[in-house]
Amino acid sequence: MDFATFLIQILNGVQYGFTLFLVASGLTLIFGIMGIINLAHGAFYMVGAYLSFWLFGITESLWIAILIGLPIMIVFGYAIERLAISLLYKRDHLYQVLLSYGLILVLNEMQKILWGSDFNSVPVPDALSISIPMGNQEYPVYRLFVSLVCMVIASSMYIIISKTRLGMMIRAGATHREMTQALGINISRIFAIVFSLGAALAGFSGMIDAPLSSVYPGMGDYILIISFVVIVIGGIGSVKGAFVGAMLVGLADTFGKILLPEFSSMVIYALMALILLWRPQGLFGRPT
Amino acid sequence: MTHSRPLLTLLILIIAALTIFPVFGDEFYQELVIRLMIMGIFAMSLDLLIGYTGLVSFGHAAFFGLSGYMLAIITPETEAVSIWIALPFCLLVTALAALIIGWFSVRTSGIYFIMITLAFAQMFYYYFNENQYLGGSDGIFIFFKPTIFVGDIQILNLNNPQSFYYFVLTSLIGSYLVLSVILQAPFGQVIRGILANEKRTRALGFNTQHYKLVSFVIAGTLAGFAGFLEAAAGGIISPAHLGWHESGAIMMVVILGGMGTLYGPILGAFVMGFLQDYFQEIWSAHWLLLFGMFIIFVVLFLPKGIAGLFLQTINRKGNGK
Repeated sequence: MDFATFLIQILNGVQYGFTLFLVASGLTLIFGIMGIINLAHGAFYMVGAYLSFWLFGITESLWIAILIGLPIMIVFGYAIERLAISLLYKRDHLYQVLLSYGLILVLNEMQKILWGSDFNSVPVPDALSISIPMGNQEYPVYRLFVSLVCMVIASSMYIIISKTRLGMMIRAGATHREMTQALGINISRIFAIVFSLGAALAGFSGMIDAPLSSVYPGMGDYILIISFVVIVIGGIGSVKGAFVGAMLVGLADTFGKILLPEFSSMVIYALMALILLWRPQGLFGRPT
Repeated sequence: MTHSRPLLTLLILIIAALTIFPVFGDEFYQELVIRLMIMGIFAMSLDLLIGYTGLVSFGHAAFFGLSGYMLAIITPETEAVSIWIALPFCLLVTALAALIIGWFSVRTSGIYFIMITLAFAQMFYYYFNENQYLGGSDGIFIFFKPTIFVGDIQILNLNNPQSFYYFVLTSLIGSYLVLSVILQAPFGQVIRGILANEKRTRALGFNTQHYKLVSFVIAGTLAGFAGFLEAAAGGIISPAHLGWHESGAIMMVVILGGMGTLYGPILGAFVMGFLQDYFQEIWSAHWLLLFGMFIIFVVLFLPKGIAGLFLQTINRKGNGK
């Protein structure tokens, strides 16, 4: 492997890691703060990708599609939280798993009814559809752009959670739910905010990812399972863990495809099993 | 496990109904009932984990599918294989896989257990999905059902649908009895102790990890038995049999039927099976939409499953006296 190829693979791995982080961070926050296992999180990613495909068809601009799509995702997440998830806060994880399993089936079928079973694609915006030369190969600028945007989102998330008042309430709600409520903070409103933002993050990830991968039925299932691997590696509930986990998985998957092509899709699961053997609570998880 | 009288009556009625069913039922429904009984065995094996040991496995289909693949591997392309070779082989491989996966998994608990079992099942899924020698994503055909000979005498011809039906029915009843005995034995008391309070059970001097692992292996092996029957019944095994949709669906069967009851999951399998059939009939293109809405409805409004509803009705009648 020459240096240019190596560099391109690193960039690809990091970009994949960032995309995973957007989905996984919402998943880990929802679990860490609300104690909810949301299998339908991958379906939100799928909904985001289809929204960008659909809105692009109408507006012919990915930027406008994202601008219209994001509020839709927030409202969508809010509605699901209020109508279904909020009824299960006091129930066992088992029921949350099942409810969100049911949600996946419903959302996947709705997608098929609305947009059919074809593979669709969204073109890369004109301004970014160039490539920069790297050794004897080329690297698409759009991928760099996606990494950059995700980096901005990741750092603003870090600032919101660690520096703002909302972040303080979120952290307090995660560790001392009753105490936070006793201090007069409306915890169910915090839950609704976290869930809608999580849904919006997953949806946004699907939107900017749409030009890189095709838009197809069941795309949410794949990203969901990978995101679970990410948050289990990082430690469930830890955003920092989700970031490290996402990068590890992104790089392991990218390099696994080159170095171990026959077992490429098993590499990340093996990585997860190894890490859990070493630290059963994940890299940054609190011991149970 | 103690059975109250109405429950015992119900179980006997179900067995009687299943026994005489092939005499009246047409072939299509006979095929369907075979599949549902297999699903019942599969669901009971998961109930041992979820309902009795408190281990929520989200990768149980791995054992179901693995055993089916083992049958496909050991069945030659041109002739049938003896069940005395095929069945022990399939069960042994499945038990070994359950031992390895379980050894890793029982160290974790709660959501980590859910996730790690899912991850292992996905590893199997991708392995078979990408193995072109075993048919890749299309799966692989099993052209011959195993034969059952003792000496030169054929005891049962599984190619006859009626014989196969009774073979599966016997397997269902046998699995129920074996699990009942296991649960009544001291081992069963200990794993129920783990479900109720693991710390106290450990404080009583039981090595709970060890008991959880044994429970995991028994459940995995029984799921393997169901997978063996499924592969023999359908004549095909594909990666979809090990996928997480399958694991989710069987979990749904256990919850819907009522976990921690053994007979509940069998009821669940029948209700789910007939519902699937019904949904496919009324809206074949998008029956999963109806199915998903049904799951959401059950989770929100029937937390104890069908068996719970049934027991409630019995108790209400009992109290009314």
